[in-house]
Amino acid sequence: MKWHDFLTVAGQNDYPHRFTNELIFCQFMEATGAEIVVRCLAEEGVEFVFGYPGGAVLNIYDEIFKQNKFKHVLVRHEQAAVHAADAYARATGRVGVALVTSGPGVTNAVTGIATAYMDSIPIVVVTGQVPTPAIGLDAFQEVDTVGITRPCVKHNFLVKDVKDLAATMKKAFIIAATGRPGPVVVDVPKDVTAHLTDFEYPATVEMRSYNPVVKGHSGQMKRAVQMLLEAKRPMIYAGGGVVLGDASGQLTELARLLGFPVTNTLMGLGGHPATDKQNLGMLGMHGTYEANMAMQHCDVLLAVGARFDDRVIGNPAHFAREQRRIIHVDIDPSSISKRVKVDVPIVGDVQNVLTDMLALLKQAKEKPDAAALNAWWTQIELWRSKNCLNYNRNSPIIKPQYVVEKLWEVTKGDAFVTSDVGQHQMWAAQYYKFDKPRRWINSGGLGTMGVGLPYAMGVQLAHPEAQVACITGESSIQMNIQELSTCKQYRIPVKVVMLNNRYMGMVRQWQEFFYGSRYAESYMESLPDFVKLAESYGHVGMRIDKPEDVEAALKEAFSPALKERMVFMDFQTDQTENVFPMVEGGKGLSEMILAEEL
Amino acid sequence: MSRRHIISLLMENEAGALSRVAGLFSARAYNIESLTVAPTEDATLSRMTIVTVGSEDIIEQITKQLNKLVDVIKVMDLTEGSHIERELMLVKVKAVGAGREEMKRTADIFRGRIIDVTDATYTIELTGTGSKLDAFLEAIDPAFIIETVRTGASGIGRGERSLKV
Ligand SMILES: Cc1cc2nc3c(=O)[nH]c(=O)nc-3n(C[C@H](O)[C@H](O)[C@H](O)COP(=O)(O)OP(=O)(O)OC[C@H]3O[C@@H](n4cnc5c(N)ncnc54)[C@H](O)[C@@H]3O)c2cc1C
Ligand SMILES: Cc1ncc(C[n+]2csc(CCOP(=O)(O)OP(=O)(O)O)c2C)c(N)n1
Ligand SMILES: [Mg+2]
Repeated sequence: MKWHDFLTVAGQNDYPHRFTNELIFCQFMEATGAEIVVRCLAEEGVEFVFGYPGGAVLNIYDEIFKQNKFKHVLVRHEQAAVHAADAYARATGRVGVALVTSGPGVTNAVTGIATAYMDSIPIVVVTGQVPTPAIGLDAFQEVDTVGITRPCVKHNFLVKDVKDLAATMKKAFIIAATGRPGPVVVDVPKDVTAHLTDFEYPATVEMRSYNPVVKGHSGQMKRAVQMLLEAKRPMIYAGGGVVLGDASGQLTELARLLGFPVTNTLMGLGGHPATDKQNLGMLGMHGTYEANMAMQHCDVLLAVGARFDDRVIGNPAHFAREQRRIIHVDIDPSSISKRVKVDVPIVGDVQNVLTDMLALLKQAKEKPDAAALNAWWTQIELWRSKNCLNYNRNSPIIKPQYVVEKLWEVTKGDAFVTSDVGQHQMWAAQYYKFDKPRRWINSGGLGTMGVGLPYAMGVQLAHPEAQVACITGESSIQMNIQELSTCKQYRIPVKVVMLNNRYMGMVRQWQEFFYGSRYAESYMESLPDFVKLAESYGHVGMRIDKPEDVEAALKEAFSPALKERMVFMDFQTDQTENVFPMVEGGKGLSEMILAEEL
Repeated sequence: MSRRHIISLLMENEAGALSRVAGLFSARAYNIESLTVAPTEDATLSRMTIVTVGSEDIIEQITKQLNKLVDVIKVMDLTEGSHIERELMLVKVKAVGAGREEMKRTADIFRGRIIDVTDATYTIELTGTGSKLDAFLEAIDPAFIIETVRTGASGIGRGERSLKV
């Protein structure tokens, strides 16, 4: 028996009494709203629904009870339901689904929705609502769900008529997954879930107002290719769009063909293999010296699926000081020329556009300027030789970087890694070399502490046989620690790698640098005994105090003996360690603070 | 350099459509001088006219962000080409003594119509560009103004220029 067998074997574990009458699905033409919701999800091929019941969704839960097309995963807090659905989407490229009740169910879900929105993740969140006649009367557990979520969804719907329900569900899945992906909320009042109508799930739905551009403009792509071939100091800056658009193959081929250096944003990690010689690592606030210097000093920049975030280019005025021509490929026109003016905008899907550009490149008679490129690489290697990610490997106290490096070794660089938010997130990004897309699962745009554990759950369920590690901090993990219980119920064998510095390290770092070391409220004391805590849920707990024990602990956690177990590793790390390099807020990209300078 | 722009858009005539646009402007801290909305001859469509002020970059972002709204079908910056702008204003003014005749003359000059009369007041209806309406209000003594109500600008492209599905 594998830990996940029960997910497909009906009647085991959590639904001892469920009846699995498949015929229920096709016997009746007429269906209630609740049946329609469930049947639409099944039609979409949904594997998991992450949710939490309540009054407004009880009809839907009753239909879930009667079916066996998808598995419902009962979380312990609605925020975690949305995070898990979001992680499922990040790790698979498919739409993640969450289901929550009205009122507090929705407000708890909002952080999850906003997190997915900021990172353009396709999820559908079905929310219960009070019955239509009660809407607006301050009914029990009523909130204006469409109003509350509007600023943090790609789109949302309130379904007032059961006849619209199936088409709305279809639209929700289409909108979430196409164009620039994002979360869609479908708010379903309780009476609608009880009403009957003829059910037919449309294969597709036309929306005259929604037609994302997929193909790039051929003239612009020609100009772009020309510009790339003329470059003396080229640079490829690849973001989350490359991962979201499943274009890492095309990107890697293009980079190889041209021989250009590549940097990834935090969201783009794995979009180009980190161990490739052409990869300069992450850029931005905590990017590598070589990536940031090359970004600042290049003469032609190809930006793909990246949005010139403030954590990436630093001060835009400083960035604009150097002359460079910019080609920007993005599916969302509003990402283009938002913070930085570009020369060649190409609106389209990254896979589509890169495929076309590759074809143009292969036809082109010109070749990249080898001499110029050589000189450029010499410069880059000089920057690289600063070895900006070096740290003290002989410390008697566990260095957090060391734990991540060892994790990479022990998992052979092939794990799915989720993280929370803080210093540990940056160390994970810097020291775990992601060679494949969709392996690095974190909250970049919203920076939501608490995502790590629910993210790991969503990923592990999506890939039951994979190694899944959650790199977290002792502060972040406590924001969704209740999910240890979900892991127990579903026996989800994720491995938690907690870098415990007894501080909100990222906050402490800023206070050290910019607030005269006045550590206002950034300590984390009164911590639980995490080993006992994990054990109390039936998991394996480990506490690691010495550097020499790090590797052994990781090896044990990822050994076949513990493959089916959740393991919680509490690494007692150096409290004073800081993340370097660092570009201070408002500073230019090339004005980095390096470890050795302090 | 900030300039005044009139943006017209067509969107699905659905509940909540207006709040999506209004919410976008407040969330992204764009200016709204006025916003008018009503269904078109096709009742499934709403047409909205938004008057805003911003630099070229901001206006570019505004049109892109509006286009991105799932319910929005088409967006046009009317000020980018020749267009006609009209706004309706109703002004209730004191109309007594010598001022009564004076008020009527001023209204005539601005092609206003008096649409309600009492012993002491006129209600004047005026249409025109925003600046014409402003000019009327400046031309009369503010002490005479009891109440004004303006619709905000509506606009349409000249000649062949049109915004249709
Ligand atoms: C503590 C902390 C520190 C951080 N430090 C850094 C840092 O040092 N460096 C860093 O890079 N980030 C950092 N971030 C993350 C940062 O805040 C942003 O989330 C991130 O940089 C954005 O990545 P991106 O530009 O790749 O855009 P994403 O948010 O991934 O956006 C993707 C872009 O691709 C487009 N797109 C989507 N799908 C497609 C498609 N199919 N085809 C074409 N285009 C598509 C979208 O329209 C969008 O413009 C940090 C975050 C935190 C919390
Ligand atoms: C929900 C939430 N609240 C507050 C913050 C601000 N914040 C960013 S990092 C951080 C500290 C994280 O501490 P920990 O999880 O221990 O990680 P460390 O930095 O120590 O590695 C805080 C409070 C946030 N990102 N998210
Ligand atoms: Mg910490």
